[in-house]
Amino acid sequence: MNIHEYQARALFRQAGIPVPDGDVASTPAEVEEIARRLGGGVVVKAQVHAGGRGKAGGVKLAQSPEEARVAAEKILKLTIKDLPVEKVLVAPIVDIASESYVGMIMDRESQRPVMMVSPAGGIDIEEVAAKTPEKILKLAIDPRYGLLSHQAMGLAFFLYDDIKQVRAAARIMEQLYQAFMTNGASLAEINPLITTPDGEVLAIDAKISLDDNVVERRPDLEALRDESAEAPSEVMAREAGLTFIKLDGNVGCVVNGAGLAMATMDLVKYYGGEPANFLDIGGSSNPEKVVSALRIITMDPNVKAILFNIFGGITRTDDVANGIVAALEQFSVEVPIVIRLTGTNEDQALAILDGVGMTALKDMDEAVQQVVRVAQEAA
Amino acid sequence: MSIFVNRETKLVVQGITGRDGSFHTRQMIDYGTQVVAGVTPGKGGQRFEDAVPVFNTVADAVEETGADTSVIYVPPAFATGAMFEAADAGIKLIVCITEGLPVVDMTKVLPFLEERGVRLIGPNCPGVISPGQSKVGIIPGNICAPGNIGLVSRSGTLTYEVVDQLTRHNMGQSTCVGIGGDPLIGTNFIDCLEAFENDPDTAGIVMMGEIGGTDEQQAAEYVREHVTKPVVGFIAGRTAPPGRRMGHAGAIISGSSGTAAEKMAAFEDAGIGVMKRPIEVVELLKARL
Repeated sequence: MNIHEYQARALFRQAGIPVPDGDVASTPAEVEEIARRLGGGVVVKAQVHAGGRGKAGGVKLAQSPEEARVAAEKILKLTIKDLPVEKVLVAPIVDIASESYVGMIMDRESQRPVMMVSPAGGIDIEEVAAKTPEKILKLAIDPRYGLLSHQAMGLAFFLYDDIKQVRAAARIMEQLYQAFMTNGASLAEINPLITTPDGEVLAIDAKISLDDNVVERRPDLEALRDESAEAPSEVMAREAGLTFIKLDGNVGCVVNGAGLAMATMDLVKYYGGEPANFLDIGGSSNPEKVVSALRIITMDPNVKAILFNIFGGITRTDDVANGIVAALEQFSVEVPIVIRLTGTNEDQALAILDGVGMTALKDMDEAVQQVVRVAQEAA
Repeated sequence: MSIFVNRETKLVVQGITGRDGSFHTRQMIDYGTQVVAGVTPGKGGQRFEDAVPVFNTVADAVEETGADTSVIYVPPAFATGAMFEAADAGIKLIVCITEGLPVVDMTKVLPFLEERGVRLIGPNCPGVISPGQSKVGIIPGNICAPGNIGLVSRSGTLTYEVVDQLTRHNMGQSTCVGIGGDPLIGTNFIDCLEAFENDPDTAGIVMMGEIGGTDEQQAAEYVREHVTKPVVGFIAGRTAPPGRRMGHAGAIISGSSGTAAEKMAAFEDAGIGVMKRPIEVVELLKARL
């Protein structure tokens, strides 16, 4: 789960990382008030779950509270990468002497949390990494011992010469490591970590992505979820225990298992169709989930046909068949449904479908070709 | 022969009395797996379906029955502890079916297992089956058949799809391994490729990958350098939308975006036969065997 910059700043502060003052607002009037309280120039930043906010006009500098209000009026009208801007962060403008990068990620290869630092921070950091990899220093951390002091100092000496700044940066790295591990992050970044003309070291941007499996167990982190950043159908799906991503095509897909769901979408495309969604009903077989899945998919007016692709393992295909029948009793589905099911209890499933005059195919390719054809005819 | 599990495998089921654990224990016994013990703390001394002795701890189970392999069906909050316990009790292969484990916890489990020479398959995986010999996990036995094709996959039901294709075309399997889709896993593609290459009864290998990470690219490199047997592969997620990416760390660490196109190109460069549809597995393998 991604969280907003203002939320990440709060988690950084909890860990002791020096972050300049600032506050979040959802109206231009609030922004003006915060700017007045902070005094001096401020930066107003759109709070959306998307990169490239600056390039989209979502970050503006203002020299007075009135200017901040005007900036907020513009930013709060923006939509960045399909996401409407509903909140902005207001923070003081800080004089910058140097910009560095400090990031952490769970690394699949070393199977450890890895900290990465570079003295060439800022928005071009990926280019720096690609073109001048010698400007990036990486350290895989053994979680049994944590980030040791001398390791943090080693990373900090890569950024600064001044021993005071080195010590301050090393301390920030240890705090970042703590924030990363205690909140179950999959990514945490300070970009840039800056020095001011009088030598202070500060984090002036904050990014954190959290591991969904940790969020599930931590109400304090779950409370950071911003449902306005998700499509309503995606919120509904999560509450029903489904994994759902809305797409732009017209073939609705209901599949069990993420890999098979992706392969099904690929096959729809292969045969000339466009998938309307990714939907994984998961491993367990609960007819209610199937009802929710159909309800969510039929909310999308673009959908011209629906494909069920079920390979029963733990999922019992008769449960899926019962779910389809139950859904059709509860609400009307106006578009044709093509069903492919095979595996656990398929004979019972076929009998259930037969009872309501429906049939099912056994072969995935055949089913996908049929649903693509039906969707094209209806379009 | 086969890899990782065979007729000799003596299995202990952690979470044998739970809903999933009991259902799949029955299936494994029916398949012919030697299920020698179960573990549920507080239920030691009972018997599962009058047949399998239940113990309070894995250590007791190992001591009494000589179990060498464990399969974990316990809820996510207890799965990390179950892995530590199995490793401490001297189990040599752990198959963790449970999903929903924090990655932070896995960073602590993995070095613990490595120090003790324990192999882990999973977590969040369908397990492993050597058809006709032993099934450890949840892969449906009826879609598999004994033979000489080795299969390794990051996903569950997509694995079944391909195994089913193979079996229907008389291409049986030596072993099918579902390694799981989590960011941090025990056994990876390369471990399986190495084991299949060294298994005299495996003649050809199928790799089922997905978008995300760089495991498939590294596996392709391994195939180029070390694997003499024919390999065919699939990447799911060619049409998956790019995620709303945050930050730069992912690109910096891997130098890659983990797209399907990148992975398929890596497969082709390494001489791996690339399937565009799961159904093509049969034809591509036959042409190479």
